[in-house]
Amino acid sequence: MTNFVDVCALNDINKDTGVCALVNGKQVAIFRPAATDELFAVGNFDPIGKANVLSRGLISDIKGQLTVASPLYKQHYVLADGSCLEEDVSIPTYSVKIENDRVLVAA
Amino acid sequence: MSAAQNIVVIGNGMVGHKFLESLVAIDDSKQYNITVLCEEPRAAYDRVYLSSYFTGKTAEDLSLVSEGFFENNNIDIKLNCKAESIDRSAKTVATSTNETISYDKLVLATGSYPFVPPVPGHDRDNCPVYRTIEDLEAIKESAKGSKVGVVVGGGLLGLEAAKALHDLGLETHVVEFAPRLMAVQVDEAGGTLLRTKIEELGVKVHTGKNTQNITDGDQCFHKMEFADGESLETDVILFSAGIRPQDAIARESEIELGPRGGISINDHCQTSDPDVYAIGECALWGGMIYGLVAPGYNMAKVVAQHISGTGTDTFEGADMSTKLKLMGVDVASIGDCHARTEGALSYSYNDEVNQVYKKIVVSADKKLLLGAVMIGDADDYGNLLQLALNGIELPANPEALILPAMDGMEKPALGTDALPDTAQICSCNDISKGAICCSVQEGAHTIGDVKAATTAGTACGGCAPLVTQVMNAELANLGVEVNTDICEHFAYTRQDLYNIIKIEGIKSFKALLEKHGTGHGCEICKPLAGSILASVWNEYVLDDKHIGLQDTNDIYLGNMQKDGTYSVVPRMPGGEVTPEGLIEIGKVAKDYGLYTKLTGGQRVDLFGAQLHQLPEIWKRLIDAGFETGHAYGKSLRTVKSCVGSTWCRFGVDDSVGLAIELENRYKGVRGPHKIKFAVSGCTRECAEAQSKDVGVIATEKGWNLYVCGNGGMKPRHTDLLAQDLDKETLIKYIDRFLMFYVKTGDRLQRTSVWMDNLEGGLDYLKEVVLEDKLGLASELEAQMEALVDTYQCEWKTTIESPERLKRFSHFINADEKDDNIKFVEERGQIRPASEDERLKNVDLIAVS
Ligand code: SRM
Ligand SMILES: Cc1cc2nc3c(=O)[nH]c(=O)nc-3n(C[C@H](O)[C@H](O)[C@H](O)COP(=O)(O)OP(=O)(O)OC[C@H]3O[C@@H](n4cnc5c(N)ncnc54)[C@H](O)[C@@H]3O)c2cc1C
Ligand code: SF4
Ligand code: FES
Repeated sequence: MTNFVDVCALNDINKDTGVCALVNGKQVAIFRPAATDELFAVGNFDPIGKANVLSRGLISDIKGQLTVASPLYKQHYVLADGSCLEEDVSIPTYSVKIENDRVLVAA
Repeated sequence: MSAAQNIVVIGNGMVGHKFLESLVAIDDSKQYNITVLCEEPRAAYDRVYLSSYFTGKTAEDLSLVSEGFFENNNIDIKLNCKAESIDRSAKTVATSTNETISYDKLVLATGSYPFVPPVPGHDRDNCPVYRTIEDLEAIKESAKGSKVGVVVGGGLLGLEAAKALHDLGLETHVVEFAPRLMAVQVDEAGGTLLRTKIEELGVKVHTGKNTQNITDGDQCFHKMEFADGESLETDVILFSAGIRPQDAIARESEIELGPRGGISINDHCQTSDPDVYAIGECALWGGMIYGLVAPGYNMAKVVAQHISGTGTDTFEGADMSTKLKLMGVDVASIGDCHARTEGALSYSYNDEVNQVYKKIVVSADKKLLLGAVMIGDADDYGNLLQLALNGIELPANPEALILPAMDGMEKPALGTDALPDTAQICSCNDISKGAICCSVQEGAHTIGDVKAATTAGTACGGCAPLVTQVMNAELANLGVEVNTDICEHFAYTRQDLYNIIKIEGIKSFKALLEKHGTGHGCEICKPLAGSILASVWNEYVLDDKHIGLQDTNDIYLGNMQKDGTYSVVPRMPGGEVTPEGLIEIGKVAKDYGLYTKLTGGQRVDLFGAQLHQLPEIWKRLIDAGFETGHAYGKSLRTVKSCVGSTWCRFGVDDSVGLAIELENRYKGVRGPHKIKFAVSGCTRECAEAQSKDVGVIATEKGWNLYVCGNGGMKPRHTDLLAQDLDKETLIKYIDRFLMFYVKTGDRLQRTSVWMDNLEGGLDYLKEVVLEDKLGLASELEAQMEALVDTYQCEWKTTIESPERLKRFSHFINADEKDDNIKFVEERGQIRPASEDERLKNVDLIAVS
């Protein structure tokens, strides 16, 4: 069973930006793209820049895939599966859902 | 047509699989009954990228088998099935699963195995090798609970394995028998530099070490004893001491081998038995075993043609040049890099400061390039390889090929036009210049299209710069305009978008995208639109509709540092500051433990602030009368000043006073890139105004206005735009000049580059700014006036809005801090801890 944790109100996340939540000791970056009604949750750690910063990256549509561009060195990570478009690394992805305007994450 | 032929392939490695692909691509596979014996538990995968298994790739990611490949082509693949013996007279193969399979044609693609030197103790536990996914599993297992790892062998694969151990968190050593690393591909000077670089990354290198015995260690699991009497303790020993061809099954069936192993083949890749072929790393051609995939792929194609009778290609040897990134260090080697050819001469360039080493080897008459070595910077690889492979005559000064470009001495560009159509551009996939040009003619106009059409550049990627050059040259030949769109979402230049936003009165990115763009925007067009919207309408940049557009630095109004902390730079117009101001900055820095430094822009920078501290810090600075310094924005940075006539005995006018006035006027104005000013009080020019976007120098007759200078990456001195101005005219001209740049500059184009690209150059700029040739002057002035009037300190606005402050906390749902931020003390202040210091966990300062 996946255990969803309530992290914040939907409106705490500005459209087209991300926030970072602490879920079971893990740093989870949650994004709210303007393009969809969906949220995405991935690891906050940038494996190239080696810092917990991905939630502060820009949401980027690259050839139809929604990604986050690392704020440090601009690699793109696909929000849906955590793969990196430029380098041989990837980041974890987590389940996230919206219920009654609250954001719930399982990590 | 005769009955279907039985084809048996032993080995489903990279080359064996390429053979299957080539064969079914040529012909209707129904003509053959193909059986593949695969000793490994899984079908072919990409061994070249094996290391990425440690960085998150899965076995599926690495798989080379396209969906339904075996089923659709009627290929019987037997996994976990080893070929045990061949009966050549009965034409059958016996397998480990007790089957006997008949063949008409047999293809041996058994590859090679890692050589483990027969040192006593080599078979102890925790002594893995590096060749298969199972090996990597074993390495992971041994690394658990281990502290130290040694790689035996400092060749290409050994260094890759060392990176893997290092990434697994082990203290890593490389032990090499030869006196230097990568002795085959790299010369002595190159090897020395490579060693320095690798040691800097924290891997210890021991060369000239002959391991004689491995026994129990005292602190670690093993102890390695060397011939020179020294020893080294380690928990894991990874052998990477070379590869040996997997030729046992051929030997046992009396197929001819080379004197030192390897299955001998002719130009059609046939062994001594014409119905048996050998390809890939088990094959020996012309006395050579090729330990790279590209030659193996060629052999695979040759055999597919030969068996199907559809072609006459032969295997003619292969080039062993290589370019790779080892532990982040560029390493490349081409041809005769050791200058062994008779009469060969070499040139070398060794830059110890930037740690770059390059050498070229040329023929005695200096006309041909024979070989090259590059460490630290391999950007020239593609060009040099083409010169060597195609025997293109060298320029009169071959040394210029490796010397850095200096002023006035351009690098001799190898126009791709000089290459013959047959020149191989992508060696991994054997794609010629002609094929790339063809795809361009057929409509592939972006690098992505060319890759898709030809597969050039899709394997190691090393040829990508050259593929781009060939494509661009061909586009130019065809008279096709090279794409100037800012990104995939907007088919416009920055200047177009500026005009659209202004003329149509567009106020948000959403509206711009809906009307003029496609998709959802990216990290190129979003900040660009954000910046234009700010230049034109000057709304608060963190407004709900603009916030998602801002680059990381703008969104938190500070520059992100390497560890995710931020810097704080209060504005200090003209570099002037009161003692009270300095004391207040000092207090803030002290209270928050921030690293404090004077910048090159005459102000103070405080580093190491965490997200949640930024609002508190800025509140205190603003209370003390400071404003944001926009150190993060593509906007006015600083107006530097010299002390000027108020104090200096030579000063002609009040440079500090003017600098402060200018800085206060233009602060917050956003443009295509950052903008810097300086004002000097006399021609001695202590403020270095002639290297700024806008420089002003006082003379007896008034102010001189200089524009379009640059320090930074490519310095440019300013041009004198106007002379002997009174202050009012000076400001009017600067207003016009800046607005004209904001309106017409390209994305991330400083005024220097903008000027160099401005048609008509300085004379034209004078006509626009001084003579109002375009009739724009009053509009430009009015726009600037509007920007000046709507200025706000973004930090002030931000701290006054509780809603905005929510985002300034590391976690949205917790007060905890980012535990990855760690500092150590240096010269009495903090600095980010290095990776090594974090691992060792000593002297780390608790982060508050
Ligand atoms: C802090 C400072 C270095 C220092 O400790 O002295 C600095 C720090 C950075 N500079 Fe600089 N530059 C600093 C003065 C300069 C100067 C000197 C000057 O302004 O007189 C130059 C050369 C002058 C010029 O720009 O023409 C300079 C030329 C650059 C360049 C190259 C620009 C170019 O056109 O070639 C970059 C890269 C860029 O902007 O793309 C850069 C980029 C950077 C960045 C933003 C790099 C980055 O992305 O992280 C650094 C941000 C550090 C931070 O967080 O604050 N910095 N940088 C200086 C801040 C001045 C200030 O008070 O605002
Ligand atoms: C870590 C690593 C990095 C590399 N990097 C590069 C690089 O950057 N560039 C480059 O060009 N090359 C590189 N190589 C080399 C490249 O992987 C090889 O050249 C290539 O894999 C050779 O293909 P092959 O099919 O001949 O052999 P393999 O890929 O080894 O395949 C042989 C297969 O045959 C099987 N087999 C053997 N005997 C039998 C039998 N009797 N019955 C059934 N099956 C059998 C084996 O189990 C194996 O699966 C690298 C290799 C490694 C290990
Ligand atoms: S010169 Fe380079 S390292 Fe130094 S501050 Fe500027 S950008 Fe950073
Ligand atoms: S040379 Fe490796 S992809 Fe082209």
